Amino acid sequence: MHRRGVGAGAIAKKKLAEAKYKERGTVLAEDQLAQMSKQLDMFKTNLEEFASKHKQEIRKNPAFRVQFQDMCATIGVDPLASGKGFWSEMLGVGDFYYELGVQIVEVCLALKHRNGGLIMLEELHQQVLKGRGKFAQDVSQDDLLRAIKKLKVLGSGFGIIPVGGTYLIQSVPAELNMDHTVVLQLAEKKGYVTVSEIRSSLKWETERAKQVLEHLLKEGMAWLDTQAEGEAQYWLPALFTELYAQEITPEEAKEAIP
Amino acid sequence: MDRFSWTSGLLELGETLVVQQRGVRLCDGEEKVKFDTGVLLLSTHRLIWRDQKNHECCIAVPLSQIVFIEEQAAGIGKSAKIVVHLHPAASNKEPGPFQSSKYSYIKLSFKEHGEIEFYRRLSEEITQRRWENMPTGQTIQVNKDPQAGRIRAVGIVGIERKLEEKRKETDKNISEAFEDLSKLMEKAKEMVELSKSIANKIKEKQGDITEDETIRFKSYLLSMGIANPVTRETHGSGTHYHMQLAKQLAGMLQTPLEERGGIMSLTEVYCLVNRARGLELLSPEDLVNACKMLESLKLPLRLRIFDSGVMVIELQSHNEEEMVASALETVSEKGSLTADEFAKLVGMSVLLAKERLLLAEKMGHLCRDDSVEGLRFYPNLFLTQS
Repeated sequence: MHRRGVGAGAIAKKKLAEAKYKERGTVLAEDQLAQMSKQLDMFKTNLEEFASKHKQEIRKNPAFRVQFQDMCATIGVDPLASGKGFWSEMLGVGDFYYELGVQIVEVCLALKHRNGGLIMLEELHQQVLKGRGKFAQDVSQDDLLRAIKKLKVLGSGFGIIPVGGTYLIQSVPAELNMDHTVVLQLAEKKGYVTVSEIRSSLKWETERAKQVLEHLLKEGMAWLDTQAEGEAQYWLPALFTELYAQEITPEEAKEAIP
Repeated sequence: MDRFSWTSGLLELGETLVVQQRGVRLCDGEEKVKFDTGVLLLSTHRLIWRDQKNHECCIAVPLSQIVFIEEQAAGIGKSAKIVVHLHPAASNKEPGPFQSSKYSYIKLSFKEHGEIEFYRRLSEEITQRRWENMPTGQTIQVNKDPQAGRIRAVGIVGIERKLEEKRKETDKNISEAFEDLSKLMEKAKEMVELSKSIANKIKEKQGDITEDETIRFKSYLLSMGIANPVTRETHGSGTHYHMQLAKQLAGMLQTPLEERGGIMSLTEVYCLVNRARGLELLSPEDLVNACKMLESLKLPLRLRIFDSGVMVIELQSHNEEEMVASALETVSEKGSLTADEFAKLVGMSVLLAKERLLLAEKMGHLCRDDSVEGLRFYPNLFLTQS
């Protein structure tokens, strides 16, 4: 009987076929990579041309920046992923946002003793602008949000919490779950909240409301006012407007916590 | 001031310019109005005032409206003035800047002198009444504009037209920018598609692609800012760029780390490094990706991620577990400490102080007291005194 497909000869043939296939496979990948390399060079040229005409527009026009970012996101490109990326190098968008990130970190650190690591986007915006000085380029709130999203990657607890049509920016790795967020949103209207308000607005049990408020107190994000008329009020320094806020030293901040 | 009418400032046929003077302010009787710096022109027929800053703003009054004129001498801080008394405005007067006025006279204030000459010529014209002899016809161009070819649109209609043109120009610039942006994005999209197709091929061939080619591919992705479709991990991690960066960081952070007790949060590192660079800054992702390679490159620093998600860079020689022992000592000395207090005592950031205390707790050396007053740590007496 003549068995086919076995024997040293067959094995050798199979090996040869496999080797050829492998070779071909490598060649295919090489081809495609070469093609990508070429296309990349072309794209770089296109981007250079675009930059020469519109780099200023991106720099000066926040609305155009938003458009640019949105379009990138739609096609699956992150222009801020790396300082080494084409976008960053040629349009200068990288340096703009990365530097902004540094400024945001510094502002949050400076005010942490006052607000426990929670700050309204508006206040952050004002403080950052102040720090940048009057000859620096203007930044929009959208710019801040994008920079903050990038900072999250560093693991130090940056978060964005939507409240009342704007945002609270968290800059400490404190656990803030849905319950905490909802109470923050409730407090946003007046800058403070009481247990009764939480009970009536959110229909929670007293215990649940108290837990949330105590957590915020512990984290230094809320201050307790026991001298308020009626019941105790839990104030959020992050929500103080310029009207109420004064310069508080870290020592004074400590005193304010019961 | 309600005798004035808007005008193009162009002289009419038969109208001749007599004299003109810069730096003249118009006043409605005793009150200042917005026409504060202009060129005053006297022609055979009219008194014309044109704003020096905005040439489109031009008003005039016929000389026939003038009853009489008188001079007001200059004083200290006051310019010489000519007071012009006027007849009431005619009912068929062309529209002007003011509908009504409580004064029947205006004042011409000569801030840059020239009052004497002007007064002389104005008196002459009023006396001679040459406008009665030379009826005006079509307007002729008195082009004092050195820039010939500029669109000579004047008057309110002209101002509006100019603004509209400017708006259109801005719109055109913006829409051109958007158009170019769209075209660019189309090309970028092609790149994304191509990278996906390559990634698929790589997946199919599982390991038949060389190490070198993988690195090349990753660096292409990095340049474009495309997420690695194969591993879905952070953009282009493990490229030559990140390796170089890791080595740079090792050199750069040695001293700062030693100054800070051997440990720094990644956020601190980000700020430190970028402040030092000034230009060509690192993205947060660049930093994380480079730090991930520290250990494999056998560099003297390493990346550590705590349970809480906080990321730090430590010196290899730094041993956090050993630090815990000294932390326990410190806490024992004081009886109890919060993260804030500990941070201040030891001279480290609150963030890292907290992590150290939490680690000590995890190792069983400390106990926590969690209350509204904050999180306080005590030596774990259950362990030591049981």
